[in-house]
Amino acid sequence: MEEKPKSKINLNRVEMPRQDPKVRAHNYKEVALGYTDDMVKEEASRCIQCPKRMCVSGCPVNVDIPEFIKAVREGDMPEAVRILKSKNALPAICGRVCPQETQCEEVCTLSKKKAPIAIGRIERYVADWDLGNKEKRSPTQLPPPTGKKVAVIGSGPAGLVCAADLAKMGHKVTMYEALHTAGGVLMYGIPEFRLPKKVVQAEVDYVKSLGVDVQLDSVMGKLATVDELLANEFNAVFLGTGAGLPMFLDIPGENLNGVYSANEFLTRVNLMKAYLFPDYDTPIKVGKKVAVIGGGNVAMDSARCALRLGAEEVYIVYRRSRTELPARHEEVENAEEEGIIFKFLTNPKQIIGDDKSWVKSMECYQMELGEPDASGRRRPVIKPGSEFMMDVDVVVVALGTTPNPLIPSTTKGLDITKHGTVVADEQTGKTVKDRVWAGGDVVTGAATVISAMGAGKRAAASIDAFLTK
Amino acid sequence: MFKIIAKEKLTPVIDCLRVEAPALAKKAKAGQFVIIRVDEVGERIPLTLADWDAKEGTITLVAMEVGTSTRKLGLLKAGDVLTNLVGPLGLPSDIEKFGTVVCVGGGVGIAPIHPIARSLRQAGNKVISIIGARNKDLLFWEDKMKKVSDELIVTTDDGSYAAKGLVTEPLKAKLEGGKIDRVIAIGPAVMMKFCSLTTKPFNVPTIVSLNSIMVDGTGMCGCCRISVGGKTKFACVDGPDFDGHQVDWNIAFDRQKVYLKEEKESLDRWESCQCSK
Ligand SMILES: Cc1cc2nc3c(=O)[nH]c(=O)nc-3n(C[C@H](O)[C@H](O)[C@H](O)COP(=O)(O)OP(=O)(O)OC[C@H]3O[C@@H](n4cnc5c(N)ncnc54)[C@H](O)[C@@H]3O)c2cc1C
Ligand SMILES: Cc1cc2nc3c(=O)[nH]c(=O)nc-3n(C[C@H](O)[C@H](O)[C@H](O)COP(=O)(O)OP(=O)(O)OC[C@H]3O[C@@H](n4cnc5c(N)ncnc54)[C@H](O)[C@@H]3O)c2cc1C
Ligand code: SF4
Ligand code: FES
Repeated sequence: MEEKPKSKINLNRVEMPRQDPKVRAHNYKEVALGYTDDMVKEEASRCIQCPKRMCVSGCPVNVDIPEFIKAVREGDMPEAVRILKSKNALPAICGRVCPQETQCEEVCTLSKKKAPIAIGRIERYVADWDLGNKEKRSPTQLPPPTGKKVAVIGSGPAGLVCAADLAKMGHKVTMYEALHTAGGVLMYGIPEFRLPKKVVQAEVDYVKSLGVDVQLDSVMGKLATVDELLANEFNAVFLGTGAGLPMFLDIPGENLNGVYSANEFLTRVNLMKAYLFPDYDTPIKVGKKVAVIGGGNVAMDSARCALRLGAEEVYIVYRRSRTELPARHEEVENAEEEGIIFKFLTNPKQIIGDDKSWVKSMECYQMELGEPDASGRRRPVIKPGSEFMMDVDVVVVALGTTPNPLIPSTTKGLDITKHGTVVADEQTGKTVKDRVWAGGDVVTGAATVISAMGAGKRAAASIDAFLTK
Repeated sequence: MFKIIAKEKLTPVIDCLRVEAPALAKKAKAGQFVIIRVDEVGERIPLTLADWDAKEGTITLVAMEVGTSTRKLGLLKAGDVLTNLVGPLGLPSDIEKFGTVVCVGGGVGIAPIHPIARSLRQAGNKVISIIGARNKDLLFWEDKMKKVSDELIVTTDDGSYAAKGLVTEPLKAKLEGGKIDRVIAIGPAVMMKFCSLTTKPFNVPTIVSLNSIMVDGTGMCGCCRISVGGKTKFACVDGPDFDGHQVDWNIAFDRQKVYLKEEKESLDRWESCQCSK
């Protein structure tokens, strides 16, 4: 049934200011600049406060969206923060990286009119207000210690949220992280220009302020196994180890110099700050012409980093068409504006090297879309005889990741799927192993920040119930 | 932060550091390595566990000064700290009773071969060790190696000490001289390649410890990938020990050269900063 257009509804979604594409393509400063006070008020006032609260059902952690938007409209920021944070512990991060267009904004009533409320942008504004007014925060009241100890392995969004919630319930938490910086993909994967590291650091600092002991440089499975943690010190263990293992294409030429996994490329840039080489010691090769293979957020991030590092031409090579691109729409748009060239329906056949084993070109197939596959998307098939050459000197493979087998292979009694993910109850995160919970990408495979966060939260509740039973 | 308890120069360009790392020392096994960062802007560099003491809670690292990170490391003194230290990484070396094994250590590779020789001997093997360096000044740990070997052969490329020649020469002689059940070779990539070529005609299983460039050391980036028996492997988690007869040495050599230009740029810059201090 067609809804009658209500004359009062404002369909002018307030745009968020962004850095000029020509300028931002050469710097690492944040692309999206955030709403001003007036903008946020205007956008918030578009919300019609529907009783059906469609947006809430679209949000993986069911943030009370109309309520926090109402508080913004009324100018009551502390209240907006309170409502938002009661369901979402990392709003400054989610406001920036959630795929809102497939979650809350997709189902927003105004989406039918192609003008959904910009929930993500409002969320970001509220969270940034909170970060900027920390002194006004009332200190978190911690309950008396329960005397129970929990080890959280991995400091990505799943681990951070699980650790924070457990600490707030009075448990003693130690969070172990393999890398020298906490934050998981938020630190080593997603680039500064999309998610400033100081935003992530503020969240890590908050978790520490709750008394969580953060142990960096600790590769669990090597330094201590899960069984040792359970035997020696801890009452429960949460696995939030993510899906960090890169997939390659398995085509000729993949070990040539100049071929990177997206993980390596992004880790060098973000974690090791290779974009500041030689001020920082870690180098990176960028090349003049870069091909990034894949169509997700990881591919967009790699391509946009390559551009900022000075590449002259950057291609996204994707085997399906534009409509199937899994990346956030906003980032695809940003990438295009910055001058990234999209090669759709293209798939590499082999990478070709010069006499010094450096990449000099890539041979590709032209693809066409055939019958739908298991995922419901149309399967790309090779067009016979369509091979063509692309002149490139760096190739970044961004095909997705699977969980690291380090923990599964050193822990007795976990149930592991053939994709390498850990089997855990969807509602509680409980694994089949006694006193062990898991959540985030290690359970779902590469997914989203908000789903990892939600899993961390649910697991914390379940661990608490177990510990206080 | 990881405190340096003791530091000495084994040769003018090789540093030995004893570092406080109690949890790590408890878990260390021969053949494993650590990754360190010398300072906040530093690169993550892998170094093999040359020794450890679980009781004292320390590990020993031996590093040759070849570039910015290892030069910075060389300036540190007892009492200073390493900004980051993570490990033990990689799979431990296979330690079993094989029979007679030859342990070959070339250059700074003498340090990592030491705990392997010791473990192999403890496991009941007859251990013949061959250590070599370019010249007398670059040789170290002869005494330590003697203690863990049934027989020790020393070579220098220029003949400035002990036998003149490359480590492959006594290796070949040993292979010709009697039954050898296993060879472990650690040192510069070329040396490991030639040791593997030397043992190949004798069909003696030969293990090498690859020193690919690494970032995380946990299997997360694929930077360290190499080709062994036609399959891509990650040196940090599938190794660093591999069958020397199966390694594609060309790929291994090429991949070590990726950043030659940047390494030089970084070192030049660091040196000029040091001079102006
Ligand atoms: C480049 C990139 C861009 C992305 N963009 C978006 C986006 O725009 N929006 C979005 O919603 N999602 C995005 N994602 C996905 C999102 O980041 C992940 O789904 C999310 O971070 C998963 O969280 P997690 O806590 O499960 O794991 P992770 O964030 O992967 O964290 C796991 C942590 O565990 C550590 N660890 C692993 N093994 C061990 C061990 N044995 N011992 C100790 N520590 C260990 C790892 O070092 C890591 O720090 C992106 C991912 C990437 C790679
Ligand atoms: C598993 C493993 C164990 C090692 N053990 C030892 C050891 O016990 N003692 C020792 O002296 N050396 C060891 N190395 C080599 C050592 O890591 C390099 O010499 C060091 O990283 C050089 O850093 P640099 O900044 O001083 O020099 P750079 O100027 O950066 O490099 C000099 C050369 O070192 C290699 N290299 C550079 N960066 C890396 C990196 N991130 N990872 C690995 N290699 C790199 C390259 O081949 C390069 O050409 C080991 C390497 C590996 C992979
Ligand atoms: S669905 Fe859209 S318009 Fe309705 S309450 Fe939610 S945000 Fe507001
Ligand atoms: S060093 Fe990153 S996977 Fe081996």
